Amino acid sequence: MAVITYRDALNQALAEELERDPDVFLMGEEVGQYDGAYKVSRGLLERFGERRVVDTPITELGFAGLGVGAAMAGLRPVIEFMTWNFAILANDQIINSAAKVHYMTAGQFSCPIVFRGPTGAALQLSAQHSQALEASYAHFPGLKVVVPGTPADAKGLLKAAIRDDDPVLVLEGEVLYAMKGEVPEDPDFVIPLGVAEVKRAGADVSILTHGKMVNLALQAAERLAKDDVDAEVVDLRSLRPLDLDRVVDSVRKTNRAVYLEEGWGYSGIGAEVVAQVQENAFDWLDAPVLRVHQTDAPMPYSKELEKLAKPSVERTIEACNRVLYR
Amino acid sequence: MATKVHMEALSPTMEEGQLVSWLKGEGDDVAEGDILAEIETDKATMELVARGAGVLRAVLLAEGETAEVGAVIGVIAAADEDISAIVDGAGAPGAGAAADAPAAEPGEQQASAVAPKDPGPTDAGAEASGVEETAVAPAGSGDGRLRASPLARRLAEERGLDLASISGSGPGGRIVKRDVEGAVAAPAGAPVVVGAGARAETESVKVSQMRKAIAKRLVQSIGPIPTFYLTIEADVGRLLEARKRINARLESRGEKVSLNDLILKATAVALRRHPEVNASWQGDTIVRYGRVHVGVAVAVQDGLITPVIRDADVKGVADIGREVREMAGRAREKKLAPDEYQGATFSVSNLGMFGIQEFTAIINPPESGILAIGAVEEKPAVVDGEVVVRPRMRVTMSCDHRVVDGAMGARFLATLRDFLEDPVMMAL
Repeated sequence: MAVITYRDALNQALAEELERDPDVFLMGEEVGQYDGAYKVSRGLLERFGERRVVDTPITELGFAGLGVGAAMAGLRPVIEFMTWNFAILANDQIINSAAKVHYMTAGQFSCPIVFRGPTGAALQLSAQHSQALEASYAHFPGLKVVVPGTPADAKGLLKAAIRDDDPVLVLEGEVLYAMKGEVPEDPDFVIPLGVAEVKRAGADVSILTHGKMVNLALQAAERLAKDDVDAEVVDLRSLRPLDLDRVVDSVRKTNRAVYLEEGWGYSGIGAEVVAQVQENAFDWLDAPVLRVHQTDAPMPYSKELEKLAKPSVERTIEACNRVLYR
Repeated sequence: MATKVHMEALSPTMEEGQLVSWLKGEGDDVAEGDILAEIETDKATMELVARGAGVLRAVLLAEGETAEVGAVIGVIAAADEDISAIVDGAGAPGAGAAADAPAAEPGEQQASAVAPKDPGPTDAGAEASGVEETAVAPAGSGDGRLRASPLARRLAEERGLDLASISGSGPGGRIVKRDVEGAVAAPAGAPVVVGAGARAETESVKVSQMRKAIAKRLVQSIGPIPTFYLTIEADVGRLLEARKRINARLESRGEKVSLNDLILKATAVALRRHPEVNASWQGDTIVRYGRVHVGVAVAVQDGLITPVIRDADVKGVADIGREVREMAGRAREKKLAPDEYQGATFSVSNLGMFGIQEFTAIINPPESGILAIGAVEEKPAVVDGEVVVRPRMRVTMSCDHRVVDGAMGARFLATLRDFLEDPVMMAL
């Protein structure tokens, strides 16, 4: 299997789907001439032409709405946001239109659209550009939300998202674009939406996580192993639909869990998962489930404060030790 | 912060405990979970575990002395901490666990001893950590609440263990999985239960009005448990032969089974066939146990204790024998844990070895019956119309009439006699 970057895995997914289905097209700021703000769409304009790879003005609400209309008319648009922080401007189209079309037209119209782009903090981009927004989108019925944490998942989930008949949001990690990993070359490699993956099997505590934090969880698990703690890392991959079975199976096995996420804790994904765990695995819990997340404040600009605000390997280890009563 | 060492309720019925020996002395370093002392309860000698770490600063109860449950019998603290206030106020149970619990409203979030939250300016990292515990049980057990994780509660129920008899090693004394597993693992080398899949569920049968009236009248008639007795005599020739053959096979392993082990097995299998006897009177319901745990009366120096052979119906005779001897040995040394002598569903008492031909045994509530086994005697018996000498044994069952009626008890004893007279029938 080829070892490529997360960025190239997304590029492969787009190229393969543009190739496979003439109704697929990519649209967003700088996706064509500039090859994408993060070079995810490198070479696609050249290969597929400007009807399939469309540069737009800085009009998030406008091109998101155009995408929703195109999807209702039978095309399969992929809308790139330069960052999900800018997608907030397009929330009316995402939340009020895309999410509701199928329901409000009694199934007469579908909205097979993909919204994608980087989420969360990179480095010193300050409060307005460092938000992990997946929890807010996962709140709305009608939207599917996936958060790939590895290059292979990025490719498999984006391809599944493009082929799905409902609006799917793909939240990528800006700091993951350069991450390398093995990625299958099979053009029909897709990862079904709603299927979590055990990234590391363990017996003592479940670290439940998603997206950029998967890597952090694996590092924490490695460090815990040196202290004879066998941590299991479960990557949700899909936040909606949620693979509750895999989560519950893991908790029933280890009896202890920590939810690690990049976003804020309040009304976060961890809050939802903990609620589901206590409802479905209460009799298997040996300790309260803890959460590790970002500090409850806008992201600071200062490098040192930013580091303190973000979840860390150390805090994950501390939480694991606390649920293990160590 | 100083941790008071309390006299803990190490058995469910314990009201006071005698300090057998301190395993740590004043000035010794103590880690949480270390064994501090041995305490003799009303049933056994148990270990007292440290609930905090530091130095054992004060020993407030001498070896050989007794103290009420809850009394402060020692103090663990930092080497330089002032503990005079604790030492002065120690002794009375009132100053015990309850007073030790930090004013704890149910559900109130409190600083955990594991990760103290100090909102000082130098602690920005911890403050900003975003690590939250969804629920922290208040420390201390002074409010009488039994703290156990949901998992520990389920495991204890599945294994028929009384949570109150288990010491918790989690925060605030919370009983967690490892504590329940430790309690189960206590009998060393306990045999593995086989064929457990065939067990029935425990069920409660609602008591009919007629049954209630019968129960009430019978209680008025005789004592709190309306007991009646049924006696059978069995020809145990084949049982003795079976024992001989089994022991010949076991010889190479250096093991032996006794006649009593075979009787226990026969009783357990008969109980499995008659779940209405493997039952208990609970007032509004009769509980029919899904598992067969047979208590074996063992005489100890100052009384009687009944180690429990759990799931005796699915255990081999050799396993039963090994378990009985191992537990009886520890019973004499007062080393049985509460879960090893509680939770029987039926009991057997055997005075045959003392030459007692026949006797009646006292029911151990809430069980509904007990078998009194007499001595095997050579007696004239009629076999195929001829008088021959046969080894005969009398078995008397004491029955709780609220649960077991005469005919019901008789049917159970008929099954038992089949097994005693022709042990191969147990395999049916």
